Amino acid sequence: MKELLVILLSAMLVDNFVLSKFMGICPFLGVSKKLDSAVGMGIAVTFVMICATVCTALVYSLILVPMELEYLKTIAFILIIALFVQIVEMILKKKVPSLYKALGVYLPLITTNCAVLGVTILNIDNSYTMLQSVINSLGAGLGFTLALVIFSGVRSRVNSADIPETFMGIPSTLIAGSIVSVSFMGFSGLFG
Amino acid sequence: MAEQKKSNLYELTKGIIKENPTLVTLLGMCPTLAVTTMASNGIGMGLATTFVLVCSNIVISLLKNVIPKAVRLPCFIVIIAGFVTLIEFLLKGYIPALYDSLGLFLSLITVNCIILGRAEAFASKNGIFKSALDGLGMGLGFTLSLFTMGSIREIIGTGQWMGINLHLPVTMTLFIMPAGGFFTLGVVIALVNKLANKKPPKEIGCSACPNAKNCPTFNKQLADKEVEE
Repeated sequence: MKELLVILLSAMLVDNFVLSKFMGICPFLGVSKKLDSAVGMGIAVTFVMICATVCTALVYSLILVPMELEYLKTIAFILIIALFVQIVEMILKKKVPSLYKALGVYLPLITTNCAVLGVTILNIDNSYTMLQSVINSLGAGLGFTLALVIFSGVRSRVNSADIPETFMGIPSTLIAGSIVSVSFMGFSGLFG
Repeated sequence: MAEQKKSNLYELTKGIIKENPTLVTLLGMCPTLAVTTMASNGIGMGLATTFVLVCSNIVISLLKNVIPKAVRLPCFIVIIAGFVTLIEFLLKGYIPALYDSLGLFLSLITVNCIILGRAEAFASKNGIFKSALDGLGMGLGFTLSLFTMGSIREIIGTGQWMGINLHLPVTMTLFIMPAGGFFTLGVVIALVNKLANKKPPKEIGCSACPNAKNCPTFNKQLADKEVEE
């Protein structure tokens, strides 16, 4: 139990996917303009991460390992993720239209979000068990959401500030990101 | 004919400066930030990406009439992932040190939006030769910006450059940490904007993406913006 908690918190805070592993920078910069879209994107990514982790772990241990095709994992995983995103989109559209309305626009973007592929490959590389993998993905997803939410708040302040013209737009956003990243460095060493 | 020749050269050089994928069109930010703690890593990552980009551009350009439009993106991703697996094997066999230092990000070349972006925006519409040139130019532009970023971070962060000790009086370790990556990229882009003397683009990421006009998120953002205005 304690071990699972360590995995969850370190994926969420210490090794935050966006701010210390640099995965999913595109949505971090692109979708963090408004708080509600940041929350929507975060929830959608967390959801897909957990489901993709379960699917890829099963495919890896039941198909790729017995057939000695481990080297195909990149190809297999990206196809699973693409397929999965498509299925989730169709199911939500049919069964839970209200959730689809909230998350729908973010789903296609998730296929090429490297955080999702990254977390599935990391789970395999660290040889986590199924439960540990799911916890790790949950932590990664929550960490991603946390970073997006915090950053959307920072950005709304930056946008209303008076900054030199050369730094307007992307450069100031990146520098704000660097300061948020410094704040997450405070969590390093949390687990020795 | 004259126009043909000029445009071949143009396809090669546009990626290096004018449409530099990282600094101007702002694609492929994740590897740019993650692997540039050392100049040599930047070159390694850049060349690996260039290899995948040229190969996938050639193959996609060859297959552009065979692949049905509706399933083109999954097809492109599978082709790209195939070449990524190839380069993983090559690096593991021949340059294991680089393989270890790039680590996970080598597999993540698959989802680098520069490659998918060039496949969609260029290779699926142009001939083989031009697509290869386009891939080479974009790849070299990417390598150049990674090398620049890596050099800045390595020199300021560790006082070394490509393994040579520069004996700097002061070093700032922060620069090889994640926060330094964001900071350096921000300053480099600001500098490029200043030198190019152009209005900095207000939008980031999505609007530069070649798939933007088919992308529901981007269209929603546009619609939101119109409502605001």
